[in-house]
Amino acid sequence: MTIEATTAESSPPARRAYDVEAIRADFPALQQRLPSRKHPEGLPVTYLDTGASAQKPQVVIDKEREVYEKYYANAYRGVYRFGALVDEGLEESRDKVARLIGAASSDEVIFTSGTTMSINLAAHAYGKKMLSAGDEILLNEMEHHANLVPWQMLAKEIGAVLRFIPLTADGRLDLSQLDAVLTKKTKLLAVTGMSNVLGTLNPVGLLAERAHAVGAKILVDAAQSVPHVETNVVRDGIDFLAFSGHKLYGPSGVGVFYGRAELLDAMDPFLGGGHMIERVYRDHATWSVAPAKFEAGTLPIAQAIALGTAVDYVQSIGIDAAHAHEQALVAYAAERMQTIPGLKIFGPPISDRGAILSFEMDGVHPEDLAQLLDLQGVFVRHGHHCTMPLHDLLGIPASVRASFGLYSNREDVDRFCAALETARHKLL
Amino acid sequence: MSTLSAMTLDELIQEFDDLGDWEARCDFLIDLGKELPKLDPVNRTEENRVHGCQSNVWLVAEIHRRADGEPEVEFVANSDAMIVSGLIAVLSIIYNHHTPAEILATDITGIFKRLELDRHLSPQRRNGLFGMVKRVREIAAHA
Repeated sequence: MTIEATTAESSPPARRAYDVEAIRADFPALQQRLPSRKHPEGLPVTYLDTGASAQKPQVVIDKEREVYEKYYANAYRGVYRFGALVDEGLEESRDKVARLIGAASSDEVIFTSGTTMSINLAAHAYGKKMLSAGDEILLNEMEHHANLVPWQMLAKEIGAVLRFIPLTADGRLDLSQLDAVLTKKTKLLAVTGMSNVLGTLNPVGLLAERAHAVGAKILVDAAQSVPHVETNVVRDGIDFLAFSGHKLYGPSGVGVFYGRAELLDAMDPFLGGGHMIERVYRDHATWSVAPAKFEAGTLPIAQAIALGTAVDYVQSIGIDAAHAHEQALVAYAAERMQTIPGLKIFGPPISDRGAILSFEMDGVHPEDLAQLLDLQGVFVRHGHHCTMPLHDLLGIPASVRASFGLYSNREDVDRFCAALETARHKLL
Repeated sequence: MSTLSAMTLDELIQEFDDLGDWEARCDFLIDLGKELPKLDPVNRTEENRVHGCQSNVWLVAEIHRRADGEPEVEFVANSDAMIVSGLIAVLSIIYNHHTPAEILATDITGIFKRLELDRHLSPQRRNGLFGMVKRVREIAAHA
């Protein structure tokens, strides 16, 4: 099934002014008060971990419930009414995802369990078949383990070589060094669309061009970028892309793998089983075509359908509008954080990053800081954020991360900064 | 209220009861942790590191002979995290200056439950805490 290439004009019109309070009201988890002895009226929820996973709007929750209450059935198997409704829901969802990322066809959109599975899929189904000993895979040290470990495993298995684009001191790819590491030996360049620690927005279009110039393919880990900045795989020349439903205000357990049609045709399947076959004999089988070829077994049905609802929800606000809102917030947060002594934010200038702030507070262990913030209803993440090589490079075992979403507001930032001050006084 | 060096387990339990909620108890743990005797930095070795902890914990133990000839265990541990330091202080109140037999016979799970630490601590923190308990018990077993 093909769809027309989409432009910004053809998606639902964005709201005129960004009404964050109206948006917030769509998210039940953010409406509650947390029990507190000190504050009998309860503490508001200050959720600053959208980078790890996003809260869900009521419409997404309702959609999953609707599937289970009204027409749940297995997919692609029945001719009866429920099955037909499920199939329709899934294909609509697939179309919506394809439009969101600017794919030429929804046949190029494969439902997986998430970004991690998607990248593993690429490593197995593309990597094992198309790469051989001595071929190079180009990575970099800001990558999430999901976009490092599968390539390490592949390299070890087939004798490929891992190379790394160096980073600048402020946490960007050092493009001046690109020619030294992106060569005719490079067969795959795997890069994050947006760093989950530094917020760095990588120039994926430019990297795709440079990769293609040397005969390499490009895979983008878009787990952070799809929910926060505009994605267009055709315009940017992206060969493979992976992202997760749960970071896009959708259900957990479902994600997307995008691959260009000709690449998907050339690839081997990843998992074998039902639905991905054409015909099965006793001792061998023939494969179906994409996307079925890569969707063995039963999909997370209600979740994949509700993912379409999440896409609609985000599009009704507008990714660009949400991005502008988040950027203004992260700038406000950084400005307020400058006034807290001993606070160091990692990564590029605020204007060059998405809405993620990882930082350390001088003399304070990240674990302690996160714990004390939690007591004030402020939820941040601490640890290595699945980026151990990056933390090795930064020279720290752990950091604290605050990340924003389309429902985050200035009050979140104010409470966050107040909590930081309180914690600082307690610990130092 | 006794300082760390003089505090008994009963006093610790009473203090926790009086404080009532995790926020106040956390503050108290931070204060307790600040009172921990300092471990000589040369002891911050891989061998002395306690595994299972997110933050770093180094633990060194000695077996003393009491006047009556009974062995007693004394350990000193430090962490780079403050709340963990408080938990170390709790363990020292429970275990320090007891005989190996007493240490092994201590119902540590029961005590953590009484202090409601099982409720307040995340699985990761609990893991770290039990890493420390395991180390102390190993030391007692080999004394």
